[in-house]
Order: sequence, then structure tokens, then C-alpha cells
Amino acid sequence: MANVLINAPKSVKKGQAFEVKTLILHPMETGFRPGTNGTIIPRNIIEDFVATYNGVELIRLKLSSAIAANPFVAFQVAVTESGTLAFRWTGDEGFAIEQSVAIAVE
Amino acid sequence: MQRRSFLAGTTALVAVLPLASAHATPESLQAAIREVVGSAALREGKVKIDLPALVENGNTVPLGVTVDSPMTATDRVKAIHVFNEKNPQPHVYTATLGPGLARADISTRIKLGDSQKIVVVAETSKGEFWTASADVIVTLAACLEDLT
Repeated sequence: MANVLINAPKSVKKGQAFEVKTLILHPMETGFRPGTNGTIIPRNIIEDFVATYNGVELIRLKLSSAIAANPFVAFQVAVTESGTLAFRWTGDEGFAIEQSVAIAVE
Repeated sequence: MQRRSFLAGTTALVAVLPLASAHATPESLQAAIREVVGSAALREGKVKIDLPALVENGNTVPLGVTVDSPMTATDRVKAIHVFNEKNPQPHVYTATLGPGLARADISTRIKLGDSQKIVVVAETSKGEFWTASADVIVTLAACLEDLT
């Protein structure tokens, strides 16, 4: 789980917008590049990114090969009660990683 | 003479091969946009794209998309679709925005295979489609070789 970086404030003011930044270590191999032996390197990308707050979906991204390696996603959230911000990345070759952070509302 | 015709033939073959590779084209870009928008009207405006005009390395290009919307329960952006013109596939990403988002403001980093146009389509809860596009010049393209 060390391969995920999440930047979100620990405590926020009620209803005030704050930015959440996420970064995950992943090659995002496009499936269009030839390798050293001339054959195409098989595609290996993260296809879905979902962020939820207390189980309610905030944002869902369907990613393609055109996303840079180590996908970075940042978005703006506003919450009214304390809870858990959870993230889930799923992709090719059974890739699935979950991570969550707690957020306290002052 | 035989040698000459052989050379001419190989040159023609080399010239044809790159064209035959699968690449997104302005036509496939339009088709991908049509697939999302359907028969609804596509209007320019409200969408702001934050993308550098000149990129030195197409492997990692910061892309910010902001849509002018109050983001209330009744009037908000439901989805943001990002397309490109000349990468191998026309799709970049599709974001579905929930009601918990404070602003329609998403930042990512993308790959660009060539100097091209990026098109963003935002779908609102009222069923409207807003669009904007940005041109970008890429010096070193992504997806060319495996450096590892």
C-alpha cells in the first residue's frame, strides 16, 4: 500500500471545498509500444478509479491508455460531516488497490 | 532498371506502412464525441482547459479541466469526457461526477503521441453538452519506444 500517495486535509471546515490529490505507482503500459524484441508489449493499465466518501460515490474515472504512467488525479470535494474518504483503483492483470483516509469536520 | 524498380517499390512500401497503423483521426474523434453526445446540441463554452501550449515530453502532460457550474443538486456537471485527435485511441478519460464534488475541476496527467487537439465535452444534469478544445504542440512524443 505504500505505492499510493494521497494528499487530503485531516480536518476541514463544514461545507468548505478542499482539494484531494491522488497518485498511484503504475506503469500504464499502453499496449501500442513495441518492446526490445519487436513484439508489442501487452496493455497493462488502470481502467477505473473510484473515490467515495462514507460509501457515497464522489467521482469515477474511466481511464484509457492516454493517461500518463503513475496516474495522478486531483479533484475538489466539500463535506458536511466527518468520515472516511476511500479510493479504489482497478485495472488489467487483476490490479486492485484500495486506500482510505479519515477526514474530520470541525 | 530492375534495381531501380525494386528501390521504388520498397520506398512506396515504407511510405504506406506508417499510414496503415491504427491511429485516431479527426473522423474517429468526431465519432467518439457523437457516441457521447448523441443527437443533442453541442455548444461551445463553460469548459476551461488548462494545458500547456508547448510540451517537451509527451509522456506526462498536465491536463486540468474546469467547468463553470454551480454544482448544486439540480444544476451540476454529471460527466466530463476528454478526447484527443491523434493518439492511438480517441478516448483519454471519462469522469462521472457525484453530488459530493464541490467544483467541476479535475486535474490529471496524460500522454500525447503527437501535436494535436484535445477536446473536452461536459454533460450537465439538465442534459446540455458544453465543449472546448485546446491545441498542443509536442516536441517528444509518447509511446515511441521502450526505454527499459
